Amino acid sequence: MSLRRRLLGFFARRPVAGAWALLSPGLLWLVLFFAIPLAILIGYSVLHRGTYGGVMPGFTLEHYRRFSDPIYLAVAARTLWIALATTGLCLLLGYPVAYVIARAGRWRNVLLFLVILPFWTSFLVRTYAMIVLLRSSGVINSLLLGLGVTSTPLDLLYTPGAVLAGLVYGYLPFMILPIYASLERLDLDLLDAAEALGARAWSRFRRVTLPLSLPGVAAGSLLVFIPSLGAFLTPDLLGGAKTMMLGNLVQNQFGAARNWPFGSAISFALMLVVFVGLLAWLRVRDAEGAT
Amino acid sequence: MTRRLPRWLPVLVAGIFFLLHLPVLVLVAYSFNASRYSAEWSGFSLHWYARLLERPDILRALRLSLTVATASTLFATALGTLVALGLSRLPFRGKRTVEGSLYLPIVTPEIVTGISLLILFVAVGVPLGVGTVIIAHTAFCIPFVAVVVLARLRGMDHTLEEAALILGADEITAFRRVTLPLLAPGIMAGALLAFTLSLDDFVITFFVAGPGATTLPVLVYSMVRRGIEPTINAVSALLVVVTTLTVALAARVGGERGA
Repeated sequence: MSLRRRLLGFFARRPVAGAWALLSPGLLWLVLFFAIPLAILIGYSVLHRGTYGGVMPGFTLEHYRRFSDPIYLAVAARTLWIALATTGLCLLLGYPVAYVIARAGRWRNVLLFLVILPFWTSFLVRTYAMIVLLRSSGVINSLLLGLGVTSTPLDLLYTPGAVLAGLVYGYLPFMILPIYASLERLDLDLLDAAEALGARAWSRFRRVTLPLSLPGVAAGSLLVFIPSLGAFLTPDLLGGAKTMMLGNLVQNQFGAARNWPFGSAISFALMLVVFVGLLAWLRVRDAEGAT
Repeated sequence: MTRRLPRWLPVLVAGIFFLLHLPVLVLVAYSFNASRYSAEWSGFSLHWYARLLERPDILRALRLSLTVATASTLFATALGTLVALGLSRLPFRGKRTVEGSLYLPIVTPEIVTGISLLILFVAVGVPLGVGTVIIAHTAFCIPFVAVVVLARLRGMDHTLEEAALILGADEITAFRRVTLPLLAPGIMAGALLAFTLSLDDFVITFFVAGPGATTLPVLVYSMVRRGIEPTINAVSALLVVVTTLTVALAARVGGERGA
């Protein structure tokens, strides 16, 4: 009891010390098993490559210079366009969905549940489901063959299109939810005012609804773009060797290619982009008024 | 509300909802297909589910996944809740920095997290196995739990705590009798999120598991890699049903407590 009282007295006099005491076990875990591994990874990116994987002591920037190799530039460019296209498609599909849910009245909760449900379903299972649909003996091809649209199965799987479809399918809820959140907060009186002032439906949307939902659009775009950029599983299963993205290149360097420092350098570059994206997202979120 | 939606819009959105759920529905439907070649439908059958029972590796992987998810949920929920409580007591500046850095593990590509952990374990000489998987899962679940609990803390009525303190409870009693019960739905939601994240994780587990610790997603991945076989449909369908039920149940429990 006296220890309890002394502790309480100590933390009552130093509330910030008390706060750090609560924080420290969890933060320590994250430092040990997230920050330090990341620091080691960054350190490895300037060391020499070991012959059978691993690293050798020394200092070199050659792994960063390898980025200018056309083979790797092509992978980086592909990763960027796939991530951008995923974001664009998610926006195109997600905005109307968010708009309808925000205006759905009593159906709103059911529709929201339907958006969130796939999020709880294993990403691996959903990616595998895309294989079942897309492969040459898959559902779509047998449908097309059965209808006589085509006489030989189309190569749908192992294409950039398959990766794109898989990523859009995987991340669409991330786009819908923040846009819905900002549309739901929209003050409907503003639309009435615009109508009273003679604005037609399209112009009310373009000049009132759309600008006011831009924070949601920005947040959703970042939430889709960031994981698409670092995607590994989707291109691995749906893309095949010709649709390699940066995530697969990293795995390859730690696997078959046995070039740990180069793999570390690519990881660090990815991290930097993600970090900038995160800062942008935090700014958007704070500007929107902490939700 | 007087405003009407243009008629084409709900039709378009219904189409998008259809596409969003089609793949998993097809997967579940084909898990009941008698045919080996899943594209053609040759009658209803529970054959592939019966086959599951003859596969000790699947049952073993399921048991391991549940063990790992339970352990890392317990650790991550305890640590993450403490982080949230600590954060809410920090002064504004420190709070922003710590909270912002909590998002870093959430947005880091899983492949980077997985590989850097692998490098750490190899460098320190820790043998890969169930232990390293639990360590890794706890690490990536802590920020999610902290963010969810923090959201609940923000929406909470803090005057009740103050009332308890004024009425003579010390801080620990006030926490145990007032704050904790009010916070419980948030902690439950965080734990549920941690449990599903752990149960579903493939990428990070793939790198830190080593050959001895095959969780269900790692097993499913290797089955998919080796070639499609209809047993995967059955495993996947079971996974879908289990997570959906868990979420529905949690929504009901959370709803009753007024989350």
